[in-house]
Amino acid sequence: MFQLLDPAGRLRNGAKPPLDDEFVLEGLRWMMLSRAIDARATGLQRQGRLGVFSPVLGQEASVVGSAMALDPTRDWLVPQYRELPAMLMHGYPLHKHLLSKDGVVMTYFGEGASSEGDFHEACNLAGVVKAPVVFFLQNNNWAISTPRQLQSSAGSLAERAAGYGMPGVQVDGNDLLAVNQVSREAVARARAGEGPSLIEAITYRMSFHNTTDNPSKYQDPAELEAARARDPIRRVQAYLKGRGMWDEKREQEFEQAISEEIEAAIVKAQKAPLPNRSQIFDNVFAELTPRQAAQRRELLGEG
Amino acid sequence: MAEKLFRAALREALLEEMERDESVYLIGEDIGVFGGAYRITEGLLEKFGEMRVVDAPIAEEVIVGSAIGAAMTGLRPVVEMMTVNFSLLAYDQVVQNAAKIRYMFGGKVSVPMVIRLPGGAGHQLSAQHSHSFEVLYGFIPGLLVVSPTTPEDAKGLLKSAIRTDNPVMFMESMSLYNTRGEVPDEEYLTPIGKAAVRREGADLTILGVSRQVVLALAAAQKLEDEDVDAEVIDLRSIRPLDWKTIVDSVKKTSRLLVVEEGWPTFGVSAEIAAGVQLRAFDYLDAPVNRIGGAEVPMPYNQQLEKAAIPSSEDIVKGALAMVGKKVSA
Repeated sequence: MFQLLDPAGRLRNGAKPPLDDEFVLEGLRWMMLSRAIDARATGLQRQGRLGVFSPVLGQEASVVGSAMALDPTRDWLVPQYRELPAMLMHGYPLHKHLLSKDGVVMTYFGEGASSEGDFHEACNLAGVVKAPVVFFLQNNNWAISTPRQLQSSAGSLAERAAGYGMPGVQVDGNDLLAVNQVSREAVARARAGEGPSLIEAITYRMSFHNTTDNPSKYQDPAELEAARARDPIRRVQAYLKGRGMWDEKREQEFEQAISEEIEAAIVKAQKAPLPNRSQIFDNVFAELTPRQAAQRRELLGEG
Repeated sequence: MAEKLFRAALREALLEEMERDESVYLIGEDIGVFGGAYRITEGLLEKFGEMRVVDAPIAEEVIVGSAIGAAMTGLRPVVEMMTVNFSLLAYDQVVQNAAKIRYMFGGKVSVPMVIRLPGGAGHQLSAQHSHSFEVLYGFIPGLLVVSPTTPEDAKGLLKSAIRTDNPVMFMESMSLYNTRGEVPDEEYLTPIGKAAVRREGADLTILGVSRQVVLALAAAQKLEDEDVDAEVIDLRSIRPLDWKTIVDSVKKTSRLLVVEEGWPTFGVSAEIAAGVQLRAFDYLDAPVNRIGGAEVPMPYNQQLEKAAIPSSEDIVKGALAMVGKKVSA
């Protein structure tokens, strides 16, 4: 497993800092924002003010480190549901990139999803046509209650890449620097026309699958404790502290700014107009079908 | 007008649309060098190259999944499934993604994709290659589902399907590939969502789904000998349904017989029967009648396969019963 920072935030084997401190600080800000959103959104869900929510908790380095390897002006991010900071970072630009000829796609999924047939079909096709794709597998050990060892008997999920004719690498998913480095390498490879890569980020889901879940039914508390010792945010903070870039004052400033940003977003969301019932038929088809038009008239009591 | 094969008309549609719009590309199994299992894409690889005629690995889910992604980002893929049965492997992609993406993205993204689905029985291809699944796709909001029965419509509907911004399931009856018909020389499009009256009549309406129109027309010919004047409608579009053409005809003839090759339980004919009794109850002189495939997996044996799908004799018999007559000896 590739690692640059040990869990205490020290560079391994006296390696030189691979990234600008400002870049790492930016990454840390996204990670802290993510964690603060998790807490606030979960609270809103418990109050009945938000629907089902999936927290990122524990996987911040994995998501942020990989997303920061993309060029937002030309690359595509195709997330699932546990990549909120990546989406906030890049937005969902879609058609902005249509004319980009050297864009790269980074797609996210978990070790559970990698048992599905479509994962294998997609890797296989990408290998055949040398598609510029980075398959970013977040192995967080849990697919709701199903543990990693029930998904596959392969010792390493990254090794599956060989079967698709692409490189695969296992990285410490709680190490922002290491995740960013392997992601940059995979993006560069894709951009150079050399084809897809598979990255397996070893991380740990430190919270529930989503707000409908109750991990106490299946998770060993000792395992969660061990994961806390590998907390990705504390690791970056310790690293930056060692470089004279982080202290309590700065932490408070970050937290204050993040809190204000989140509260402003909640206020904005609350002010957004509620959808009108008549809109439910919009955008199923490019144009309303006669049946939908009739259903809409019924719904609106127009006979 | 020139007489053309159904399969040639389909190929012409692909060729013309690929020449007109370079965002149109083809993907499927054995469609390139081999020219397609039914020769629909013959010569197109040579003409357009391997970026636009893509021979894919044998993996339907990613064939459709990659086409959806391409459609979302500005291309117009036309997917060929080797048979409609194989499309079941991609059903998740079609239902969960193709049909829902426009809605889930609030209209900011569309999926202008066509999936061509050869299907139907009659070739001893047995239980896993011969079914009619119009209803599996017709059931899903977000998909347009069409099924041509003439070479003219094969071309005109395929061109419309390629040009619409909706995903289109394009059902092709394999048994029609070698049929012939007049195809206009000039550029034309057949509108999606319109049925066609193929034969005018006064005594009852026979509504055919896909290839059943051909059988219905043969039956109507025989019914003439029994002094029964049948109107025949070619449904053409399974979603959306053209209620106006259907209901206008029922109001005229007061009797409706719906014929489909698929299983009738929860079938296309069930939907039409339900809709017609709501819209034209007072005009009906008989219950809406339905003829469909035997509710069995398609048998391999030639005699059993024949017995499992509707024939024009079945239609004649059904029609006569509806007008109070028996087949004359």
